[in-house]
Formats: sequence, C-alpha cells, structure tokens
Amino acid sequence: MCQSCGCAVTPADAHPGAAMDSPRTEVIEVMQNLLAANDRVAEHNREHFDEHGLLAINLMSSPGAGKTALLEATIMALRDRYRIAVIEGDMETDNDAVRIRAQGVPAYQITTGAACHLDAHLVHRALHDLPLAGIDLLFIENVGNLICPASFDLGQHRNVILLCTTEGDDKPAKYPVMFRAADLVLLSKADLLGVLDDFDPARAAAALRRLGCDTPMIQTAARRAPAIGAWLGWLEQQLAERRSGAPGHRPRNQQTVAA
Amino acid sequence: MHELSICQNLLAQVAEIAGRRGAIAVARITVELGPLCGTEPTLLLSAFEVARAGSCAAGAALHIEITAVSARCTTCGTTTQVEPNRIVCGDCGGYRMHLISGDELRLRGVELRLPETHAVLTAQASVSETRLCANPAVVP
Repeated sequence: MCQSCGCAVTPADAHPGAAMDSPRTEVIEVMQNLLAANDRVAEHNREHFDEHGLLAINLMSSPGAGKTALLEATIMALRDRYRIAVIEGDMETDNDAVRIRAQGVPAYQITTGAACHLDAHLVHRALHDLPLAGIDLLFIENVGNLICPASFDLGQHRNVILLCTTEGDDKPAKYPVMFRAADLVLLSKADLLGVLDDFDPARAAAALRRLGCDTPMIQTAARRAPAIGAWLGWLEQQLAERRSGAPGHRPRNQQTVAA
Repeated sequence: MHELSICQNLLAQVAEIAGRRGAIAVARITVELGPLCGTEPTLLLSAFEVARAGSCAAGAALHIEITAVSARCTTCGTTTQVEPNRIVCGDCGGYRMHLISGDELRLRGVELRLPETHAVLTAQASVSETRLCANPAVVP
C-alpha cells in the first residue's frame, strides 16, 4: 500500500518522491524462540553441571504434592552413598531449605517473590552460592505449579513430575504441556490409594500415554513407611548413564535443542 | 502467569532488532504460538498491553498466529493433526508420537518504521538521536 495516500500501487507507478518524503517501512522475518535468552543461560548452567559430573533433576508438581517430603526421604536413603545438594524454589519463605538442611545436605533457597516459576537466570545466580564440587546429585525443587515451570529450561538433565494421588487422575489431560515435559512421573502419596476411591493409577497412566508419551510412571510413598525403592533405582540408573558419557542427557522437552 | 516474562523477552528481542536497523518505531510484531507452548494467547495480549508501555513497541500491534498440533507416529509413520491432550496416531492408535508442530513460541517477524530517507541522507549525525530503541542489556 502506498505510504502517501493509501492507494494500492505497483513499484512501476509508485508516486515519484514518496520514498524521499515518507517514513520507510521495513518488514523483517525473524523466527527466533522467545525464550532464547533463558535457553542460553540454561545451556550455560548445564555446562556447569556437566563439568562437575553431577546429575541435575528438575522436580515439578502442583503445590502440596510432596516434593520436599520426597527429597527428605531420598536424602535419608542415599546420603551415605552420594553427595546431594538442593536448590529450593518458592514464592516466599525458606521453610523447605530449612527442612533439607536438617537432613545434613546443602540447600539454597530461591524466593521468587511474585514469579510463578524458576528460570535459568535464578538458578545461575544460585550456583554462585552453592558449591558444586564433589556433588553427585543436584535436585532443583521448582515452584509448586503445573503450568509455568514447564516452559523454562533451567539446564537440568531430567524433568521429574509428581502426580499426587489426592489430585485427579486426569491431571495429565488437563496439564499436557507439563506432563509432556516429564522424563519420569512419580505417583506420590501412593500409600493413600487404599483409602481413595476416585484415583485409578491405570487411568492416570492412560491419560499420560494419550499425550503421545511413553513416559514411565513409578509409585512413591515418602512419609511414615517410605516406599521409594523404584525411584531410587531410576535415579541411580540415570546417574550411571550420565557418568558413562551416554549422549542426549537432556530432558525430553529439550531434545530438539542443539547440544 | 509467566506471560509477562515472555513479553519482556519478546520486547527485548524486538528492541535489539529495531535498534540494529535504526528504526524510529515498531509498527507490528508477529508471534507464532503453538497450543503446546505453555503460553496463553489472550494472556500474552494482556501482558503486552502492560509491557509495551515506554518501549520502542509502545505503538505496535501484536499479531498472534496459532499453529496446529501435528505429530508423526514412530510406529507406523503416519502424520496426524491432533488435539493438545490427545496426541495419538489417527491411523494405528499408537502413542509413541513425535511432535512436528504445536509447541512453537517464537517471534516470527517485525514491521519497522525507519527514518525518512532524506533525513538519513542529510543528517547522518542525528540518526542516533532519532532512534527510540536502545540495545537491551546483555544477558549475563
């Protein structure tokens, strides 16, 4: 469209002098990921993790699904064999970091204020205060939220998502972006299955498969009589693979990014 | 509610491009969103209204193009257009699917207003003052 009068003109009969007197318009094709800045820092974090030979796990779920309780039970079971560190993400309080430190492992609390998720910059800042030397397993407990954290790569090697038995078994269908990001889904508080008549693990597994994923699902119970053997086995297998130099140690939703 | 962060990233990218081209304003921004990108188009538009104030894109229109979700079955090879929470093969019913499109979250293009041609030719020295868009801070 002509910039002078709005008429449709072809280049051949454009008004003489129009280009000299009007602001020019330029259309630029870009095709750039909107999270490119976050992804660059995430790659940088991943390089830090790889230099130290550790396995970094991004733990995500809705609030109250039992992420911190799972970490407490995991640390109790593994702390004699592996050195563990934890980055905690919450909007407010350092309650979770206090619980983790009580288990005798270092924990860094990120309080996000109004932000509903961790991003790669926040984790990068935490790494400056959390020495990684000698660490085998780094857990990043994300802000409890089944939506936003899924979009931000932190540099982790694996995404683990808790689906709590007190939530509906249709959660994967309701939050496809989050559950498609999972490398492993943990059915947490599985010891409650006996008293809950509305949660069917088979239905949850079917909802997960309908997202086009063959993501494994493991049941865990982290309190009173902890039953987390399969989860510990998965963790140790991932750490062994990570250390054997097996390629592709990236979460499934970051597989397409060039390594 | 992470749409505001997404918007800030978007505006930083647009400001960088506009600054590089010496634009006096950004007229239009086109973004491509897939239903599986985790960002809600209506919330992105609301966040854009807030985030664009005072930026080089203060007068820009945000145009959002929604892509379709399509996936290829790794068992039988069929490509199917699917719902975001029902990504199963339309042919064999398999669930081992490779996503082809539907998770895009990208800046597709920008339309810039550049200084008048004669102003560029006759007053090169003042071009930098006419720029509204400074280069954004470098990511740490």
